[in-house]
Formats: sequence, C-alpha cells, structure tokens
Amino acid sequence: MSRSAARCTGTKAAGAPALFQYCLRLGDNALVLGHRLSEWSSRAPTLEIDIALSNLALDLIGQARMLLSYAGEAEGAGRDEDALAYHRDVLDFRNVLLVEQPNGDFAHTIARHVFYAVCARAMYEALCQSRDTTLAAIAAKAVKEMTYHERYAGEWLVRLGDGTRESRTRAQAAIDRLWPLTGELFETDQVENELSARGIVPDMSGLQPLWRARIEEILARATLARPEECPMLSGGRSGHHGEHLGHLLAELQYLPRAYPGAVW
Amino acid sequence: MARPQRNDDATAAVWSLLSGVCDPEIPVLSILNLGMVRDVRMDGGGLEVVITPTYSGCPALDTIEQDIRAALARGGHGDVRVTTVLSPAWSTDWIDEEGREKLAAYGIAPPQKGGAKRSLFTAAPAIKCPHCGSRDTREVSEFGSTACKALHRCEACREPFDYFKCL
Repeated sequence: MSRSAARCTGTKAAGAPALFQYCLRLGDNALVLGHRLSEWSSRAPTLEIDIALSNLALDLIGQARMLLSYAGEAEGAGRDEDALAYHRDVLDFRNVLLVEQPNGDFAHTIARHVFYAVCARAMYEALCQSRDTTLAAIAAKAVKEMTYHERYAGEWLVRLGDGTRESRTRAQAAIDRLWPLTGELFETDQVENELSARGIVPDMSGLQPLWRARIEEILARATLARPEECPMLSGGRSGHHGEHLGHLLAELQYLPRAYPGAVW
Repeated sequence: MARPQRNDDATAAVWSLLSGVCDPEIPVLSILNLGMVRDVRMDGGGLEVVITPTYSGCPALDTIEQDIRAALARGGHGDVRVTTVLSPAWSTDWIDEEGREKLAAYGIAPPQKGGAKRSLFTAAPAIKCPHCGSRDTREVSEFGSTACKALHRCEACREPFDYFKCL
C-alpha cells in the first residue's frame, strides 16, 4: 500500500457501523486473496502464468485499498487503509475462509479462484446499482476486473479438468476439498439485511442460483463432477479463522509492525 | 462520458501544463489522453485538480499525483490539491483519439471501444497488429507486463506486441 492513504471523496457514509462492517468484509476478502496470489510470484509453472497471477493479485490489492479506505471513512475513527490492513489481528479480519486457504497446487489456486471470482463478479455487478455512490463506483471498476479473473480461472479449470489424467485428478480433488467453503460466500446476516433493505448492497442469497448455474457450466465444460451436497463450513466473517490466516498475516504485516511508521 | 470542459480562461493554462504530465508506464500518453483528469477548479482555496484512477491496482497513481504537483509547481502553481474521485469509474473508452494514435505508433494496440463486455468462454476479438496492420493475430495471455496490458502475437509479421486491456 502507499505511504499516504488514497484520498477518496464520495458520499458521506451513512449508517456507519453496518457499512463499515460490510466494506471490511469485501476489503478483507480482496486483501487476503490478493496476498495469497502474490505468493505465486516467481514460482508459477510458466512465465505467462506468473505474470497473470501477479496481475490478478494486483487487481485485488487495488480493490482492497479502495474498500478499506472507505471502511475507514465509514468508521470515522481515523483509521486509514494501512491501519486496517496492517494493524488488525486475526480475530478482527472478516474475510471468508475460502480466500485464506493455502495456494496448494496450481489446481487448488485455480479452483479457489473460480469459486471466488464467479461470486465476486456477480456481486459487484449487482453492487453497481447501489444507492451508495462510492460503493457503486468501486464496484463499476471491480466488476470489469473480476470478469477477467472469472474468464482466466474458468478457462484454466476447463484445461485442467479436460486435460491429462494427472491434471484432471488434481482439479477434481481441489474442487472437492474447497466446495464446503463456498456456502459462506452467500451467507447473510443483520449487517447485510439492513444495508440491502436500504438498497445499498445486493442480497447475496439471491445471487447464489446464478453462481451455481455458472459454476455448473464451467464444471461441465471441464468434465468435472459437481460435489455432493454437504454441510458447509463458515466462521471467517465473524473472525473465526483457520490457522492459515495467522501465518499469512505474519508475513503481510511484518514490516509495518516491526518498523512502525517506516517509509521507503 | 463527455470530456471535461477545458476552455475556460482561468484554467486553460493549467490544462496545458497537465498535458505535459505523462503516464510513467506508457510515456507517450498524457494523463489528458487517458481521460484521467476530471476537473480543474480554481477558487479562493487555491487550485484543485480532480483525477480518477484507471485500474484499481495501478501502482502508477501515486507517481502521477507527484508528477502533477511538480508540473504545476514549475508553472508557478505551488499550492495544489490533488483529489481522487472514484465516480464515475474510468473506462478505456475515455482514451481520446490522439491517445489511440500515439499508442499504436508506440507499438501498443489501442483498446477496442466497449471491449470490456466480453464474457466467459467467448473468443478473443481480432486485434490489429500495431507493427504491420494485419488482423491475423493471436492472444498469448490476457495479462502482460503492467496491469493495463495483454500479450498478443502477430501471425503475419511474427512480432509479439502489447494490447491495451479493455476496462
């Protein structure tokens, strides 16, 4: 992130606590997944994939900056994007469990990204209609970027699923392992119900059928099986994370915590 | 999106200074060619330049802000506020004709208008090679050396080239 926080002007953040929580969830999803993807830099299977994954990471970290800046404005306690990204602990992060999962093999990274990007694209598409002009503007940019993400990850999943025996086995294993983490993407609660009743955010449960249909289309093209119905895992949005997030934050937050106020 | 007014006398000199501020990643394009400058305001509080970011994660924005201050300082405007607005969201459709011609001459194929609408599992559009003009080109990767570029290759002249990603 930058030395100086991005200064954004927009609507005054009304209904601050709910809006703060909401922006934090979206911002944390983008930040954590962006950091995960950045872990591939210099380690991807080919140069083109290395560049692509780093670009995806950059988009997400850019979205996180705008969302966390706006969360800070909504909170009104003087925290900027850097304070929120670098000076909160695991329990205060509000990302879904899916995005904090380790990269695993390339198939796991791609499966995770398909699940997330298809959801995020549909969500941002709906969020473009928000009565909150700042959220609508962030969404208008993000939806175009997530269209690239959905296409990239979707096309790779098809190549892996419909590829060699090895790539197919790995792709199916990744889909099966990550599937129980997809329910959390569509959970709603008091915070979102309140904002959605005021026309500020979309109702995520209403977007789930669209997500299901798109995922089924991709899996069918990839000749992969859709996992059986199963109990879904959740808790990330209320701060109950797996052990992975702490390790991720240790790296993400090391520098500003070890050298407070450092600039370069 | 209508382009912002730039013919009012008080700010004409400022617009002219801003036309000398270039994108650090694509130095042939000015920030006016890109459509990043949304407004220039001069009032009792001093001079304010309103800009909008291009790609969410573009790391050039901080540099551009510094370059704007430096260019205006050279023109005698010491006290400048640079404000970032997100709405309406920038689109590659805002790059002007002059900018598109400069991009092609620089070896980067300009973005197609309305090209961001492409959805899942649709074929990549045929992009004109900036070197030989052939449309017999192939997408190598949708992601390139910066957030705003994709990698393509011309099958006619066999040269690789960058394509400005549609947003």
